[in-house]
Formats: sequence, C-alpha cells, structure tokens
Amino acid sequence: MGGIEHAPPPFFKRGPAPLALLTLYIAISIALFVVDLRMHSLDLVRQSISLLVDPVQRVAQTPGSLVDYAANYLQGIQVLEAENKALKHAQLNTAPDLQRLAQMEAENERLRKLLAVKEREKAQGQVAQILYTARDPFSRRVIVDKGQQSGIIAGQPAIDEAGVVGQVTRVFPFSAEITLITDKDQAVPIQIVRNGQRSVVFGLGNGQLELRYMPANADVQVGDVLVTSGLDSIYLPGFPVAKVINIERDSAYSFARIFCAPIAGVENFGELMVLAPRIALPPAPPEAKSRGGDGGSDKGLRTKKKRAAKAN
Amino acid sequence: MQPTYSSSRILLPVRPWFIFLSLIIALVLNFLPTAHWPGVPDWVALVLCFWSVREFRRVGMGWAFALGLLMDVADGAVLGQHCFAYVLLAYLTASLSRRLLWFPLAQQALQVLPLLLLCQAVQLAMRLLVGGDFPGWSYFVGPLIASLLWIPATFILLLPQYQPVEQDPNRPI
Repeated sequence: MGGIEHAPPPFFKRGPAPLALLTLYIAISIALFVVDLRMHSLDLVRQSISLLVDPVQRVAQTPGSLVDYAANYLQGIQVLEAENKALKHAQLNTAPDLQRLAQMEAENERLRKLLAVKEREKAQGQVAQILYTARDPFSRRVIVDKGQQSGIIAGQPAIDEAGVVGQVTRVFPFSAEITLITDKDQAVPIQIVRNGQRSVVFGLGNGQLELRYMPANADVQVGDVLVTSGLDSIYLPGFPVAKVINIERDSAYSFARIFCAPIAGVENFGELMVLAPRIALPPAPPEAKSRGGDGGSDKGLRTKKKRAAKAN
Repeated sequence: MQPTYSSSRILLPVRPWFIFLSLIIALVLNFLPTAHWPGVPDWVALVLCFWSVREFRRVGMGWAFALGLLMDVADGAVLGQHCFAYVLLAYLTASLSRRLLWFPLAQQALQVLPLLLLCQAVQLAMRLLVGGDFPGWSYFVGPLIASLLWIPATFILLLPQYQPVEQDPNRPI
C-alpha cells in the first residue's frame, strides 16, 4: 500500500518550489524589518554590510563632487574677493565680543564657583564633512565622513555655524548617519528665549518643525527664537534651533499649531561640527509606584513560578 | 533563446559574468547623487526585473534578496524593506516570464509597469505602516520612467548575445 504514494524520481534537478522560496525570503525580510525597527539589534550586520557598500558609494559620489569642485574653481575671482571682504567685515564685527570671551568665561566660572553653582559644560567637538544625503525618501538624514575610527558614537548632537542640525543616529566604521531635526518626529527639547518657557519641538518631515502640545493661549509669538534647553543631557543648553514662523490658534482645539523653521542650514551641504557627548546627568529620582509597575512585577513573579515548575 | 518568442533570431547564451556586471552597474547608478531628482528610476529593480524575466534560472529570489540587503544599507532604510520588494518582484516576473516574452517590446514595457509600481508601493506601505514620512507622489514617477526604459534596457542588455547578421555559410547553425 505504501508503494502507491511514492512519486517517480524527477527528471530535472530543481530547487525548492518558487512559492516556498518566496514565503521563506519574505518571512526573513519581515523578520529583519521588525527586528531592525523595534529592537535595533542588527547594527553589527549593518556595519559589516556597509564596509562592502561604502567604498562603492564613495566612488559613485565622486563625479558630483568633481563637478562641484570645478564650479568652485571656475568661480570668478571677484566673487571670492567680495566674499573675503564680507567675511573680514563679519570677523571685525564680532571681534570685540570674541576677544573678551576668554576673560568673560573665566570670570563666569569664578562667579559660579563663588555661588556654588555647577560649572557650565564647555562645547567641544570635531568638524565633519557631509558626504551625501541618505537615499531613503522616507526620512531626512545625511552621511558624514567621520565614524567609529574618529570616536563618534550614536547620540552625539551636530551643529553648524548657525544652530543645531541634528543628532548622530547610526555609526559605521568610516562614516556616521546624522538624523536632521526636520526628520519626522525627531524631537529636540527647547526653551523660548523671550520668556524662558520650556517645550519640545518635533520635526514634521517637510523641512519644518512643530511646537506641539502648547495650549491655545500659550505665550508664543511669530519670530520667537527657540534654543536648546539642555534638559535631555544630549544637547548643551543655548544653541539656536528654530524660529516660529506661523501660529494657528483655533478655539476648537485645545492646542495651538505652531510651525517653526530651522535656523541652521539643515538641508544644505557643507561642513558641520559633531559635539562631544555630554557628561551624564545624575539619575532621575525614583518614580512613584504605579499600576503598570505592579503588573510588571506580577509578570516577573509568574515567570519565576513557571521556571520553578519547569525545574521541578 | 530569441529576443522575443515571435522573433526568428536566435541569441547566443548569456554569460554569467555579464549578468553580474550589469547588476553591479545598476547598483552604482543607484548610488549616484541623482537619486533625489524626481523621476529617477530604481535601476536595480529594472535590471533585476529584466534578468528574472529572461534568465529566471540564474537570477532568482536569492539574488533579489542579497541586492535588497545592499540597497537597504546603502539607503539608510530599514533592513528588509528593499529585500521584501525585490523578492516579490523577482517572483512575479519569473512567474510571468513565459507569457511576457510573447509580446512586442512596447507591450512588455506596459506589463512591467504594474510590477515596478507594486515594488515601489510595497516599500511605501511598509514605511508608512511604521510611521514614515510620505515622500510625495513624485515617488511613483520613477517606475513610469523605468518602464519606458524597458525598451532601451532590453536592447543594451541583450547586445552581447546578438549574433552577426551575415552568417558564415559553412557553419551549421
């Protein structure tokens, strides 16, 4: 009876059926997608593949950068002269402040010591060149030419000459990926300069930022400058982030819609400065026991019981 | 094999290194800084689609998966996004390949268009599901251009396989 079920041997050697292969590959893809997105545990895989891809990518960028270089080179000498003059003028304008900066910083430090206030952290960092914008059309990121080899770690903030640009989110051996503050839902804790009000500004994904969860009667005006508040232990306080450009107050909603434009040249190519990570803040005070916490400990107890049962 | 099944011209067998080379060139084209211009096609999807129609025994879903992984890392996208789309594309084109080659080139391009659009739409759906940012409708212009490029791509990629028109009368084939 068993002999009937035997199929004749195949004439041609073939791999698994296409549908089976498709199912397998799609299952792997979805697993990769979920693990990469939710658990962030595939950085090593990404780094090793990037070692393979990165050289090719840099070669592919050369024609563009050569054209840029040629355009710069052929730029008239008059333009350069004018730019040089403007820069000298700007330098002279800032000279009085800059020359006294060292003395003022020393004085500030001394005064802070006298008042027994914690000393201000100094901003240090390294200059990095933007290599190219990441191709992914769903997010706003740039790749810079400094990576693990230069001691860059994920989480470091990046600024340009005008203000905050973004934050390092992934590090590769020879490059790093910076998520811009205009990326969707990228959050920066800020303070309004005019009245010192603290809030968080979110990227919108279209080149603008939004100040969310501010009451409709909040004291925010068009033209207000937002600077980092420094409460997150990532950004140093006082760096300009954005400027309020449009406020929609609708009494039907409890929150005002406040749109801001970034101050730094966020979408421009050029150089930026990756700031050194901040000294860690003291740990937050323990939170009051909540129902969620109780559930967690209950779960822990249950698993313990299960383990005990297994051991028995 | 013929350029299309209705043609009487017989092609030389494809060289494996040429398939490899064309896929690598497509990757490099994808890495060019032109990627942000609206309407620039996904070259890897186009070339992969072409080879999985013509040589589905050589270029299958394994290749699609590997290329997808490379593209994911190069893009800074979420891992698995391009893999999913390319594997699906390779499967669909391979299963349609018997039918597709009976049509003239322009109609082939028309039939490839929905596949390339699907490839793009799958990626869009995956990213929007997890809270990505909608990149605008210009995202779907790329596949339109890519399907127009199907005709020149077929010509260029089949070029090494054409035999000379005046054949040696002493040769048997």
